[in-house]
This record gives sequence, structure tokens and C-alpha cells, in this order.
Amino acid sequence: MSNTEKKMKKVFSRPNALADVPTHYCPGCTHGIVHRLIAEAIDELDCLGDTIGVCPVGCSVMAYDYFNCDMIQAPHGRAPAVATGVKRAKPDNIVFTYQGDGDLAAIGTGETVHAATRGENITIIFINNTTYGMTGGQMAPTTLPGQVTQTTPYGRDTDTAGHPIRVSEMLATLDGVAYVERVAVDSIKNINRAKKAIKKAFEYQTQKKGFTIIEVLSTCPTNWGLDPVKALKWLEENMVPYYPLGVYKDKEVAVNE
Amino acid sequence: MERNLMKGNEALAEAAIRAGCKCFFGYPITPQTEISAYMAKRMPKIGGVFLQAESEIGAINMVLGAASTGTRVMTSSSSPGISLKAEGISYIAGSDLPCVIINVQRGGPGLGGIQPSQADYWQATKALGHGDFHVMVFAPSTVQEMVDLVTKAFDLADKYRMPTMILADGLLGQMMEPVTFPDEQSINEYDKTWAADGHKNSREHNIINSLILSPDDLEKSVQERFKRYDRIAKEEAMAQCYLTDDADIVLVAYGATARVTQSAVDLAREKGIKAGLVRPQTLWPFPVEQIRTASENASSLLCVEMSMGQMVDDVKLAINCSKPVHFYGRTGGVIPTPAQILTEIEKIAGGAKE
Repeated sequence: MSNTEKKMKKVFSRPNALADVPTHYCPGCTHGIVHRLIAEAIDELDCLGDTIGVCPVGCSVMAYDYFNCDMIQAPHGRAPAVATGVKRAKPDNIVFTYQGDGDLAAIGTGETVHAATRGENITIIFINNTTYGMTGGQMAPTTLPGQVTQTTPYGRDTDTAGHPIRVSEMLATLDGVAYVERVAVDSIKNINRAKKAIKKAFEYQTQKKGFTIIEVLSTCPTNWGLDPVKALKWLEENMVPYYPLGVYKDKEVAVNE
Repeated sequence: MERNLMKGNEALAEAAIRAGCKCFFGYPITPQTEISAYMAKRMPKIGGVFLQAESEIGAINMVLGAASTGTRVMTSSSSPGISLKAEGISYIAGSDLPCVIINVQRGGPGLGGIQPSQADYWQATKALGHGDFHVMVFAPSTVQEMVDLVTKAFDLADKYRMPTMILADGLLGQMMEPVTFPDEQSINEYDKTWAADGHKNSREHNIINSLILSPDDLEKSVQERFKRYDRIAKEEAMAQCYLTDDADIVLVAYGATARVTQSAVDLAREKGIKAGLVRPQTLWPFPVEQIRTASENASSLLCVEMSMGQMVDDVKLAINCSKPVHFYGRTGGVIPTPAQILTEIEKIAGGAKE
């Protein structure tokens, strides 16, 4: 070992839970950040060997190649039901799902609401980027009023296309839910908050407190037609006002808003 | 061995527990709800899991999850509910997961009725979801056979890593008959090193998946699965023959219909007509050899079903249409009577004499 190598201190490395492979995500997409946060939480809780991830249809469908824990690919929207089956069969494992907005709040609404109200002891990482990314940018249940997508070419008209769903607020009303927080990954400060929230959700699961969900406001530069930096700005200026960040439910702490 | 008088649905549920079923995910639908009710009562007592899902879709995906961990798992439903499960069954088959699915058939299409039917034969044997795949389909005709075939269904699901189905009907599910359970049932163990149950940092991570984007790789994967299916077709097809050795007219019927048909065969014999019966116990794989052999010396066949005629196609294929294959069916929940079937036999026999 040379002198310079000896002096070098390793300050940043790939989490052990994250596979050392290139991902298929578009440049500038925030999936990579969220993947990393989950992997860091798994590393810090030292639960890689006990963790089982469930990734349903959507951009994250190939996440089974990116996490080093055991992984299951689920049908579109069904991840909370699949995770329920896993958790009920193997209650001592840590089970998480990684779902997009179309998956979780449209085709999988029933599975999501009922896993939540049963208090299934699982963690959902919910990526809200207001669009169906994998299929090329159609309207999602979380698409903002007026937002242009492939299937709302004149902007989302709430008279005909309905209103967006605020998932965190909705699920916070259910008794089975232990922890709900909405975070964003548009700035260092928010990324750090997101990391804390994800880790806390996993911790709650290990303590068998019940259903936990972290909604992550994310970007989709490709389908939004914005460069990555402008996309982060768009998130901050348009999504955060409609989807306010914060803790919506914490079983251990009274949340007063 | 103890003999118990039990309803078909309850006997089936008890047999599943004795076969090592640890998780049951269900959703209420007539005429199979007793299975759920029985599981709800028994599972907590044995440290198993009973969960009433939010939907049939939820239930089958919970099955997918539990099966992914290598746990013996079952769900049950009736015709309209099985249609809802079709998506999940395709994923389960594509992910090479073992599980047992019960269909206590009722009349269709649509909401149909709640009386016994066999109108889901095509669905069960040909198209239980999208894509190239099969599930093994067992067809019990007595409550005892419901019990016996459930154990087999779990074993073969594990052995071949595929979903298996018990295709019963409302009649078998609801009727009571004496059954015996084995006193001490040893549960066969199969390789589960593929399971996603937490790798404990002692092996590579396991992936349960049905997505293969490369056409060449997907084709290869399906072809591999079909090699397994070829083996199953050779080794696992089951049928029972009744008075077929000298039969001139061979009847083919399965499930509850086979019981009625057997009575009709007896009535025909009393009248001097040489009738016999082949009763398929597996519908996929279809007992092609058994039907071919049993009908070798017959002049014609008569297929009887509680449908407008679905299995009859497979009977024709089994004998390569080498002989006339007649059909008699009732549908919508109507159960054929021995007398009605006898009339059909007499028509065929009369025709043969002329």
C-alpha cells in the first residue's frame, strides 16, 4: 500500500444492500436516491439477511436485481397483498414493498388500503412522481390538476379526469397504520429527512408496531420533459404545495397539525 | 382409523391442514365458504394462518407471497372468484411457485347461479390465465377423494413447482359422506432452496420473478417448463375404469357427474347393454392412454358433463376421433339423472343394432 492510499479515508461507499450493477433508470431520475436510502437503512439495521423486498409492475419492477436481499416480483398493484402473504408466513422477516403511484393508488388501491387497515406489519415505500413512468408518462392518480401527460394532453381536467389522491392523508385515518410520513428527495435537507423516515419505518416494523408507509415525492425528468435540475425545481414548486411534507401519523407520538 | 361424517368442503379443509398447509387466504363465495369457515376455526389452533382477504385478487396474491417463502399455502373459491384469481395464477405459474387452489364450481357465465356445475373445465385445463402454462387439475368424485387428492395436490405442487387445482363442484362441496383420515400423516419434504425467505447472509439472494424481457430467454424458460409438463403428462395422469373390459359403449365423466353416470351404467347393464365408465381423476394431464385403452374394443363413447360440452373435446382428441363420441350435458346447476343418461345410452345402443 502506498503512502497516499494510507492517508485516504473512505468517506463514501456503496451500501452493502445495494447490488453493484448498473440500473435501467433514466438519467436524473430519483429512484437511484431512494434505492440508496433503503439500502442504507437495511445496512444500519443490519437486517439484510432477514429482509424480503417486493417490487410490482412499474419502473421499479426490476428492482429485484438492485437489492441484495431476497426479492419477489409482484403483479401490478398487488405488492401489499404479496407482502402480506410473505409476512404472515414468515413474521420474523422484514418485508418492504416499493411501489409507484399508479401501482399503489390506482390499480392497487384496494390492496394498499386493506393492508394498511389490517395493520400488516410491513413497510411500503411509495414513489409519487405524478406519472406512469414505465409506460411512457400517462396520467397517474397523483397527477396534479392541469398537469400535461400523454393521456391528459390538454392538462388534467378535474371535471372529467377527477382529482389527485393524497395517499398519506387518506391512510393516516386508518387505525391499523403505525407511521405515515411524506418526504421528498429534491434537496440534501429533504433527502436526509427521507432517510430518517425510511429507517424509522423499518425500525417500527422490527418492533411490530404495524403498517408503515413513506411517501416519497420524486421526479420523472424523462416523462415530465424537463432536465433533472429543472425537474427537482418543478417538484419543489408544484408538488410540495399540493402534497405537503411531514408526518401524518405516528402511533408513538401524537401528531397535531 | 376413525370414520367421520363430514361435508365435502370441511373434509377438504381438514385434509389440507393434515397435508401441511400452513397458510390459507380466502374470500367468501357460495358454495365454498365452509372451507374458509373451517380454516378460520382450525388454523389459529395449529399455529397456522387464516386470513380473509379484501378480494379474490388479494387472496391469490397473498398465496403468491406465502408460496414465495416456501410455505404450503392454499386458497379456495368458486367459479366467478376463480376468474378474478386468474391474473395471480398466471404469475404463480410463471414464477414456478407451488400452491393449491380449490374451485368448487357453480353455474355460469357471469354471476350465474349457485348450484353445481362443471362449466369451468375449459378454464381450469386450458386457460387459467394469460400465457403458455398449465396447472395440474384433480377431479374428486367423493368426499373421501376430496381428502385423498388434496394431499396429492400439495405433494405434486411441491415436486413440480407449480400450482395445482382441485376442481370440485357445489354437489361435492355441500354433501356429507363418511371419510377417514390417515392416523399419522407424514408430510413429504421437497427442495425449497429457491425460496425467498431471507438469506441470513449465507447464500446469494433468491429472486421470485416472472418477468423475462428477452424473447429468446423467455421462450427458453417456457420451453423448459413444458418439458416438465411432458413428464407430468407421462407420469401423473390418473383415471378409474368401471366395467370397461367388455364395454361396447364407454362413458366418460368426472366429479359428481361420474357418480350419476356410474348408476346409469349399472341400469344399462341390467338392460343387457354393455356399458362401462372411465372416470378421469386428473383433467390436466388428461388421461389419454387410459381412455384409449378402455375404449379399444368399444364401438362408441358417450361423454357426460354438467356443461354444454367441454371435456368432450379432449375425449375426441384422446382417441383421435377414431370412433363416434356422443355427448350429454346439463348446465346452469341442473344435475343429470341416471334415467336421463340411460336414455342417451339406449339411443346409442339402439342405433348400433340397426
